[in-house]
Amino acid sequence: MKKLLILGGGTAGTMMVNKLAPVLDKKDWQITIVDQHETHYYQPGFLFIPFGIYAKHDVIKPRRDFFPSGVDVVISAIDEIQPAKNQVKLQGGKLLPYDYLIIATGSDVHPEETEGMKNGGWHKNIFDFYTVDGAVALANHLKYWQGGKMVINIAEMPIKCPVAPLEFAFLADWWFTEQGLRDKVEIEYVTPLPGAFTKPIAAKFLGQFLEKKNIQLTPEFSIGSVDSGNNKIVSWDEKEISYDLLVTIPTNMGSEVIERSGLGDDLNFIPTDPGTLRSKDHENIFVIGDATDLPSSKAGSVAHFEAEILFENFMRVVDGRNTLAKFDGHANCFIESGFGKGILIDFNYDVEPLPGKFPLPGVGPFSLLQETKMNHWGKMMFRWVYWNLLLKGSELPVDAQMMMAGKRRSEYAS
Amino acid sequence: MSEVLAAKVELDEEGFLKNPDDWSEELAAELAKEVGIDELTDLHWKVIHFMRSEFKDRGQAPTIRRIKNSGGVPIKEVYRLFPDGPAKKAARIAGLHKPQGCV
Repeated sequence: MKKLLILGGGTAGTMMVNKLAPVLDKKDWQITIVDQHETHYYQPGFLFIPFGIYAKHDVIKPRRDFFPSGVDVVISAIDEIQPAKNQVKLQGGKLLPYDYLIIATGSDVHPEETEGMKNGGWHKNIFDFYTVDGAVALANHLKYWQGGKMVINIAEMPIKCPVAPLEFAFLADWWFTEQGLRDKVEIEYVTPLPGAFTKPIAAKFLGQFLEKKNIQLTPEFSIGSVDSGNNKIVSWDEKEISYDLLVTIPTNMGSEVIERSGLGDDLNFIPTDPGTLRSKDHENIFVIGDATDLPSSKAGSVAHFEAEILFENFMRVVDGRNTLAKFDGHANCFIESGFGKGILIDFNYDVEPLPGKFPLPGVGPFSLLQETKMNHWGKMMFRWVYWNLLLKGSELPVDAQMMMAGKRRSEYAS
Repeated sequence: MSEVLAAKVELDEEGFLKNPDDWSEELAAELAKEVGIDELTDLHWKVIHFMRSEFKDRGQAPTIRRIKNSGGVPIKEVYRLFPDGPAKKAARIAGLHKPQGCV
């Protein structure tokens, strides 16, 4: 009996177990999936909670609803991964041996990494929206907020869903307008990046959007501390920005299990082969989703494309073949831009987001790097796709590798 | 870019050495002047040498967080030593490629 162990029952782990369980013969394979929580969160939905578009119950479902039958489900915290012994130690000491291990332990926000962040102002006038608790607390605060200066600050890169802070800014502009408060609210977008986004063409395009929506962009600001007594964020080189309401995107880090197991980098992300998704250090360990150290976005769409490649590579390894370096860093993100519109970007390790059309059989095409109502509906429809198709490992009509069809290089070229 | 520097080594359009093996301490001092650092102190050198050894071992420039954790230089100090974009500036002086941006 061969043992496959999957750590993490989030987006990536759930997709992998649903792809592998139907094809690995139950006579030969024992599949186990471990997660510490019973609840699955639809993380892309957190963005909508502060503005009352979704409530908490819209973004949660029991994890077990998405695990296939015949798989051992273990709800437990993990103490340590022990690759030299091919086993994982659970909290409480129980040992789970494996022949193959898939690590999908994700990443979490760590506001305590920034000095002063969790002092007096936390959940009073400082909030995150990357956790359901943070998003709900922010919704309650915004409901009664009379206006002032809202600062949206990214602590450091990389972060999950790097477009989410921009979407938050766009939605805030829309929401304050709807509330009749926009003229009483100043919005400042403060980022350590040199522009609105990481890649130049999209950064330019999205930067123009911020300007159009009267959102001030302050680039190259690396937060060192929060002075919550005086409502100021202070950079490492001692620049100061004051706020009435601080929406922070805290430091993102991989799981502490990875740190305890000595498997990660300085942010607990696991060195992973960017093409094959195999651990760089251990032949029988694969890594997927936010847990990797890959220079791709930490996003559900990326985990989805990775899952297709990892499935293929895993089956090749099981059949005694070599892995193929087929993952290209493909990401595909709807960016909610407010007022019922959205923007779509599609890119990979080598090709930055470009304008054009994104073909989608039966539904599309969607417009790339352009604001349309259709892109907004694509985004809203995605929650259904996530729960009903994506998590279950179903084929979606989008190729795992990025396609150039429909993309144009000429516009916005510098 | 100073002509002296340009004559000696090949730089990319952003002033990073094309070939990290062209690097020398003498060259580092000149690269530092290019980014407005007139004198390299012991602490500057500590960061520069750490960056080079990391690059040699791991094939990429260390992050500021790693310079703190493994190089032993506090983040605030790194910003004081290499003002306005220390990761890029220190990598340039250390003769490394431009640090990878994350998405």
